[in-house]
Amino acid sequence: MPILEVTNVTKEFGGLTANKDITLSVQEGSITAVIGPNGAGKTTFFNLVTGVYQPTSGEILVEGKSVVGLKPDEVAKRGISRTFQNIRLFGEMTVIENVLVGMHKHLKTGLLGILLNLPSTRHEEIEAEKEAYRLLEYFDLAELLNEKAKNLSYGAQRKLEIARALATKPKLILLDEPAAGMNPKETKELTDIIKKMGEEFGVSILLIEHDMKLVMEISEHIYVLDHGEKIAEGNPDDIRTNPKVIEAYLGSGAVQLGQRSETNANTTVE
Amino acid sequence: MMKEKLIGFLQNKWSQVILFTLFVVITSLSLYLSQKSVVAFLLLLASLLILYYMKLKNLTKWIIGGGILFILLPMASSGGPAFQSYMEVATMVGIYVAMALGLNIVVGLAGLLDLGFVAFFAVGAYSYAIFATPQASNFMPFGSYPLGGESFWIFLIIGGICAAIAGVLIGIPVLRVKGDYLAIVTLGFGEIIRIVFNNLDRPVNFTNGAMGISSVTPPSIFGIQLVFPHHFYFVTLVILAFTIFAVLRFEHSKLGRSWKAVRENEIAAQAMGIPLVKTKLLAFALGATFSGMMGVVFAAKQAFIDPTSFTLLESFTILVMVVLGGMGSVPGVILGAALVTILNLQVLTELTNWVNQLTLNGIINVPDALSPAKMQKLIFGLLLVIFALYRPIGLIPAKNKKFDEKKLKTNRLAIDRENTVAIDKDNV
Ligand SMILES: Nc1ncnc2c1ncn2[C@@H]1O[C@H](COP(=O)(O)OP(=O)(O)O)[C@@H](O)[C@H]1O
Ligand SMILES: [Mg+2]
Repeated sequence: MPILEVTNVTKEFGGLTANKDITLSVQEGSITAVIGPNGAGKTTFFNLVTGVYQPTSGEILVEGKSVVGLKPDEVAKRGISRTFQNIRLFGEMTVIENVLVGMHKHLKTGLLGILLNLPSTRHEEIEAEKEAYRLLEYFDLAELLNEKAKNLSYGAQRKLEIARALATKPKLILLDEPAAGMNPKETKELTDIIKKMGEEFGVSILLIEHDMKLVMEISEHIYVLDHGEKIAEGNPDDIRTNPKVIEAYLGSGAVQLGQRSETNANTTVE
Repeated sequence: MMKEKLIGFLQNKWSQVILFTLFVVITSLSLYLSQKSVVAFLLLLASLLILYYMKLKNLTKWIIGGGILFILLPMASSGGPAFQSYMEVATMVGIYVAMALGLNIVVGLAGLLDLGFVAFFAVGAYSYAIFATPQASNFMPFGSYPLGGESFWIFLIIGGICAAIAGVLIGIPVLRVKGDYLAIVTLGFGEIIRIVFNNLDRPVNFTNGAMGISSVTPPSIFGIQLVFPHHFYFVTLVILAFTIFAVLRFEHSKLGRSWKAVRENEIAAQAMGIPLVKTKLLAFALGATFSGMMGVVFAAKQAFIDPTSFTLLESFTILVMVVLGGMGSVPGVILGAALVTILNLQVLTELTNWVNQLTLNGIINVPDALSPAKMQKLIFGLLLVIFALYRPIGLIPAKNKKFDEKKLKTNRLAIDRENTVAIDKDNV
C-alpha cells in the first residue's frame, strides 16, 4: 500500500516550471529515492509534499487523503516529517531541545497545566526528555545534549536534523541530501543508520541524494527528475543503465560511453 | 598567592553568606538612619543582584530575595519622610519589570519585534479607570458607577484579559508581516490605540479624551483604602512575583520551546508541527496580559490617567529594558528594567536637581534644554547603539536549560531493570 501518492503535480514559479506533471508513489515501509542534477526540482517537490508550497495543479495523497491546501504544520500532523538541504536547526537551542521541539505535537498539556506544573504535565515532560535522549543515543549525539545546535559539526548537525524529524513520530520521512557535506566515513555511518532506521522507527523513507553509492545501496525504488520532469523510474539496476539518466547527468555525449562501460561495471552514474 | 586566596575565600559559600549579610545589614541601617541616602537605597536593591550570583540553592535565593523585598526594604526605608518616595520608585520598578518580562516573551522568546507594546498597558489602565469612575455610566446601560474599590482585584484579571484580547486582535493583522515590517506595523498600532483613547470622548464619552480620567477609585481590601505608595508597593510585588513565576514556567515548557523554535527558524518549526500563527498570537496575548495587569495597578496608583502616559517613548523604554538586560533572559530583563527605571526616576532626577541647585547658586549656567531629565531619549538611544554593537546578548545573557544526563540515563536503566525483573517473575 502506498503511503504517499502524488499524481500529475505541477508547480510553476512565474514563467518557470519547477515541477512538471510528476507522478510518484512511496510504498509503506520502503526506501525510495529522488535523484537528478542540481536545479531539477527535487527540493521543490519536497516543499510541495510538506505544504511549504502549494501545487499549481495535481493531487497529493497521504494514506489516501489529500494534503493539498494544508499548512506545513497540518501536513506534519498527518505524519510527514523532513530534513532540509540547507540545514535548518534551531541554532540557539540545545541539541536535546531541538529534539524536544520535534515532540511538540505529541505533548498534550495546556496553559493551565504548564502554569500549575500539574503532575500530568511533569510526567509527560519527563517521558519526552527520556525519549529525546534515547533518540540522541541512537544517533550518537547523546553526550552533546546540552550543546547549542549551531556549535555542532556539520555531520552532527545533519544527524540531529534526522533525529528531530523522527521525534515527530512520522509515518513518512523526507530527507533532503542527508549526506551532503559529509566525509566518506560519516556517509558510511549515515547509510547504515538510514538503512535500519526505517524498520526500527516504523517509518517509510523518501530521500534526495547525490551520493550515488548511498542511493544505489539503500533504495528500493528510484525516481529521476530533470528540468522539473520525471525522466525515469525503477529499481537501482534499471536506473543505472537507463540512457536518459546517464544523459541527464553527463550530457548527451556520455550515453554511448555509459553503454560501453556498463558491460564492464555497473557503476556508471557514480 | 594573595589573589588566589582572596578568590578562594569569595567562592566559599559561607564567606559569601557572611559578606552578603554584612552588606545587607549595613545598607539597610544606613538607609534607615540616613533617610536621604539614595545610594543606600540603591545598594540595598543591588543586594538582589549579588544574591543572584551567590552559590546558594535557587529556593534559598527566592526566600532571601522575597524577604528583602517584602520586609527589609519597606522597613529600612520607613525611617523618615522620604519613605513614600522610595516606595514610589520601587513600585514603578516593579511595574516596569513586569511589563518588560511580558515584552520579553514577545521579543526575546518568540523573536517578534514589537514597538507598540505600551498599548496593552494602556488597555489595562483604561479598563480599570473607566469603570472605577463615573465614566462608565456614559455608555453602560446597567449598574452604578464608579465601582467600589473592591472591584480592583477583579479588574486585575479583567485588565489582563482585555490586554490579552487586544494582543490577539492586533496580532491577527500584524503577524502577517515579519521582521522590520512587523516592527513598523506594531509601532503604528501602538500609536493607533493611543490616538483612539485620545478621541473616544465623542460621540459617546468612553475615555474622556485628552482630558484624561481623574479621581479613579482607590482599591480597597478588608475595608482599608489603598492610597499610599507603600500600599501599591506590596500589590505590585505580589503581581510581579506571579509574573516571574509564570514567565519562568512558560519559558521552560513546551510553549517556551515552541516560541524559541519559531524565533530560530519558522520553516523548520512549522515542519515539526508547530502552528505559526497560533504560537505567535499566544506570545502576543500572554505578553500583553502582564502588561495589562500592571496597567490596572498604574491607573489605581496614579488615580489619574490620560493618553500621554502611553506614548511611543514608553514602548521604546520597555524595549531598551529587554535589550539592555538580555533578550530572552528573565534575570537579565529584570535587571535591565530595574536599571532603566532607576536611571529614569532616580539618577536623572537627582542629577537635574543637582544641576538646578548649581545654576541657582550661580556656579554654572546650564540651559534648561540641557538638563539631564531631558536627555532621556539621548541616553536610551546611546545605550541601544552601544549594546547592539558591543554586547548584543545583554547584561545577563539568556541561558538554555541544562539537562542532567545522568537522570535521563539512570531512569532508562531503572526501566530496563524493572523490565528484567518483570520478565524474571514471568519465568518463575
Ligand atoms: N520559491 C521559488 N521561487 C522561484 N523559483 C524557485 C523557487 N524555488 C525553487 N525555484 C526554482 O526551481 C528550480 C528547481 O529548484 P530546486 O527544487 O531547488 O532544485 P533541486 O533541489 O533539484 O536542486 C530552480 O530553477 C529554482 O531556481
Ligand atoms: Mg535541492
